[in-house]
Amino acid sequence: MELYELTLHELQQVLDKQEASATEIISSVLGRINKVEDKIQAFITLDEEGAMAQAQQCDARGSFSGLDGIPYGLKDIICSQGMRTTCASRMLENFVPFYDATVAARLKAAGGILVGKLNLDEFAMGSSTEQSAFFPTRNPWDLTRVPGGSSGGSAAAVAAGEIPFALGTDTGGSIRQPASYCGVVGLKPTYGRVSRYGVVAYASSLDQVGVFSREVGDCAQVLNLIAGKDSLDSTSVELEKPDFTSFLRDDIKGLKIAYPREYFQEGIETEIKNTVKQALLKYEELGAIVEEVSLPHSEYALPAYYLVAPAEASANLARFDGVRYGLRDFQAENVIEMFSSTRAEGFGDEVKMRIMLGTYALSSGYYDAYYLKALKVRRLIKNDFDKVFADYDLIVAPTTPTTAFKLGEQVGDPLTLYMNDILTVPVNMAGLPGMSIPCGFLEGLPVGLQLIGRAFDEGTLIRAAYAFEQNTDYHQAKPDIGGDII
Amino acid sequence: MSFETVIGLEVHVELKTRSKIFCSCSNEFGAEPNTNVCPICSGFPGMLPVLNQQVVEYAIKAGLALNCEIADYCKFDRKNYFYPDLPKAYQISQYDLPVCKKGYLDIEFGGTKKRIGITRAHLEEDAGKLVHQGSISSTPFSLVDLNRSGVPLLEIVSEPDLRSSQEARAYMEKIRSVLLFAGVSDCKMEEGSLRCDANVSVRPSGQATLGTRTEIKNLNSFKAMEKAIDFEVQRQIEAIEDGEEIIQETRTWEEDKQITRSMRSKEEAHDYRYFPEPDLPPLRISRKWVNDIIQSMPEMPEQARERIMDEHGLSAYDASLLTLTPDFLGFFDECTRYYHDGKIISNWMMGEMSKLLNQKNLDITQCKINPVHLVDMLKLMDEGRISGKMAKEVFEAMFETGSPPEAIIKEKGMEQISDEDTLEKIILEVIAKNPRVVEDYRNGKKKATGFLVGQVMQATRGQANPALVNQILARKLNS
Amino acid sequence: MTISFEEVEHVALLARLQLKEKEKEKYAEHMGSILQYVDKLQQLDTEGVEPLDHILPVFNIFREDQVKPAPKREEILANAPLVEAGQYKVPKII
Repeated sequence: MELYELTLHELQQVLDKQEASATEIISSVLGRINKVEDKIQAFITLDEEGAMAQAQQCDARGSFSGLDGIPYGLKDIICSQGMRTTCASRMLENFVPFYDATVAARLKAAGGILVGKLNLDEFAMGSSTEQSAFFPTRNPWDLTRVPGGSSGGSAAAVAAGEIPFALGTDTGGSIRQPASYCGVVGLKPTYGRVSRYGVVAYASSLDQVGVFSREVGDCAQVLNLIAGKDSLDSTSVELEKPDFTSFLRDDIKGLKIAYPREYFQEGIETEIKNTVKQALLKYEELGAIVEEVSLPHSEYALPAYYLVAPAEASANLARFDGVRYGLRDFQAENVIEMFSSTRAEGFGDEVKMRIMLGTYALSSGYYDAYYLKALKVRRLIKNDFDKVFADYDLIVAPTTPTTAFKLGEQVGDPLTLYMNDILTVPVNMAGLPGMSIPCGFLEGLPVGLQLIGRAFDEGTLIRAAYAFEQNTDYHQAKPDIGGDII
Repeated sequence: MSFETVIGLEVHVELKTRSKIFCSCSNEFGAEPNTNVCPICSGFPGMLPVLNQQVVEYAIKAGLALNCEIADYCKFDRKNYFYPDLPKAYQISQYDLPVCKKGYLDIEFGGTKKRIGITRAHLEEDAGKLVHQGSISSTPFSLVDLNRSGVPLLEIVSEPDLRSSQEARAYMEKIRSVLLFAGVSDCKMEEGSLRCDANVSVRPSGQATLGTRTEIKNLNSFKAMEKAIDFEVQRQIEAIEDGEEIIQETRTWEEDKQITRSMRSKEEAHDYRYFPEPDLPPLRISRKWVNDIIQSMPEMPEQARERIMDEHGLSAYDASLLTLTPDFLGFFDECTRYYHDGKIISNWMMGEMSKLLNQKNLDITQCKINPVHLVDMLKLMDEGRISGKMAKEVFEAMFETGSPPEAIIKEKGMEQISDEDTLEKIILEVIAKNPRVVEDYRNGKKKATGFLVGQVMQATRGQANPALVNQILARKLNS
Repeated sequence: MTISFEEVEHVALLARLQLKEKEKEKYAEHMGSILQYVDKLQQLDTEGVEPLDHILPVFNIFREDQVKPAPKREEILANAPLVEAGQYKVPKII
């Protein structure tokens, strides 16, 4: 086994037992990155020197705790002090923040070594990472396929052994969907569980930072570090934070699991449904009670999302005007022209499309029919979940309707692409925690199992995910990144 | 045809918290450009607002001072528009659920009282400042200073109850007065902590429906507000009389040309696209919170006015002038702690003091006279050590130097002569030198004493106690 | 649901996005198809449903009124495209 193949907790053991140094770990990881990165293309920015220097400091101190000596990556929408944060946009190609996002600061404080910044769909708008202004990232299981998105770089890097864990963000499925496509663990915590401070906003009422890892235990450990009230984010919640690793026990006897019939209807590939049903049988076998339920407003979640998210985005992305940072068109003769041409040049197609849509939905005369209506539907969606969670501990469903699709396959009609989010979006609309774990393969491509919990009950997700992981071996499968780029 | 003017004001008041509304930057006026700024108030990527509790406290206080209902639930919204001084390209404001609504202020103008309705008062953040090199229309570049970005503002929207520029001014002055007393803002128009936009329309007298209104921006002083409204009223009347339609639009007051000018352009077509601010949880304002603030409310100008009229027998007019600002009233109150006659204090404050302050364009906080010194001066007058005329000179010197009156009198050698023997000697000399005047007096020309008193005053360089001089002179002439 | 060329131009102006003619056509088409899709919401009766504008049952989140030192001006201005006299320089307004 190479060091880069080890999981977070395995690396901690290695360091603890002094079987390897931090420098050796970083060297191994950088070696892996150099070997596969031209195929995967997960990193927008790679800081080899910085990572090595930090590893050396770590070794010089000699003792290891927390994340000391552990490499990780951040989705490049999470601000990192002194390291370029681009959002995969021409607009911020050269933007270097002088502040850390709270999550970045917390991982830094725990001793983690930030190796680099990971690719995404521009400003997190997309489901394939093809909307990156720089280059698409590829799925380690099949280089002709997308890793999913928008946190495609994070998912692919973890799956490809470039990094043991990474942070991403999830607004409508941007952690769970790529985790599913890449066969890794992806956790989107409850809205309010993790600070959004320093995370460039896409849709503020939906965005949440979460974790990618190869095993559930690592995910719990990282969540312990990043979760909790932050005085800089008014929407982060003051709650007693459990030790999420305490849920890592292989016991789900009596756990009440619901599977919503609306998540197994047409539009979802039959083989995916079957794979997920196998997983449900597994849960029954492990002692859980599994029953069918209904979330009747599910089909309205996606259309409501495509009003709420673009509307918020249209305001969140208005600040990119060429005045204080980022791109500027110096040719413009007056300020309005400068704003308009800078933004036309700096934003990609999908971003412009969503800004236009959101601006339209909020504009005079349309607010009630669109934005207000969507907020009401959001209430109905939340009520659906509340009803189910009155009787059940957990909802289990597929994460995505299909396995990873081919690059270029879904470029063009935006609606086809949006359908990727149909099973993940309701969770964001209701602010709930969601997770995707590997539950099988179809023609060599990973299938994800989506777990949805009560608000602030990530513990039950972790417990159920861990039990499944302990009794299956899908998480141990590793992609063979041999093929050439097509 | 005669016209009626209808005016509504949107008054913006900066709240005098230590820090800004959503970040910990200093809310101090006059710092070097872009030195009171951070990533939050500069709208950097990933930044989030966190509400300053004191801002809400002040808003509630102001709402109570404006006789408003305080909302038990309110929230913030985003108001979207692009401008180089608006860093996020949206302003965090309150749209449909403001913190205060349905209030009023009573104004007095031309001897009549009038109640002006206040529709609402809501919280928002201020924008930065654009500095133009030259005039806005000729400059090739502008500079952006974000020190003011994120300063807490309360926008107070009146009903269209005002009927003249003078009423508008009286209303503004009243707002300034109550907010100064409430202690929530320093209300300095020259520093922009009190600003207003005016909605102005005219209609033929007797017409029930309102005319088309225009909104005038950039009114930076009471004078500018009055002039701009007067200009705009005249412009609208002339336009209507010429058969033109008034266009609903935003106009700006051009101080140098003394005109209002249309700001309308295709690009300015605004649609603010308000929606609830997702980054800020809503507010629940409990009755207890409001009651605690009511308990801590300082005296308001109207209460103070009643009080000083009652305690010191002042006229309503004097009392209302003394209660224009808490500093002015504070000076008065301080004086009355040491001196029995409020009327006399009031006369000096309204007379000499106001005159000198106006001449030097100072406000009372910049006045060097200590209330105790004014009282000392009044006591010296009562003791007959200085005359009223000398007191004015002493007062001026106190105003210039801030010295106590004793020191000034000593320095200027201007103590009043009240020693009877000294005065008698001088008076006898004057009588001796002016036999013809004495003759006239004794022949019934009583006015002749005036001349003789004048001679005595001249001989004593004005320091003789005039009452004593009159007394002794009469005794001598009639003996 | 279709959206006219003029509406696209109006929205682009509000959003400060300079669009080429080709783009306007494309956005008109794409926005039209998405709006048609979201029109599905109109099937739902939401009479009396309280809009969900804040997902968390959280109120009154405050900070204390305390001043913290501002970062250095050079740090703030470091990413600015054009600076003069410690201020952001922008082209003329009109």
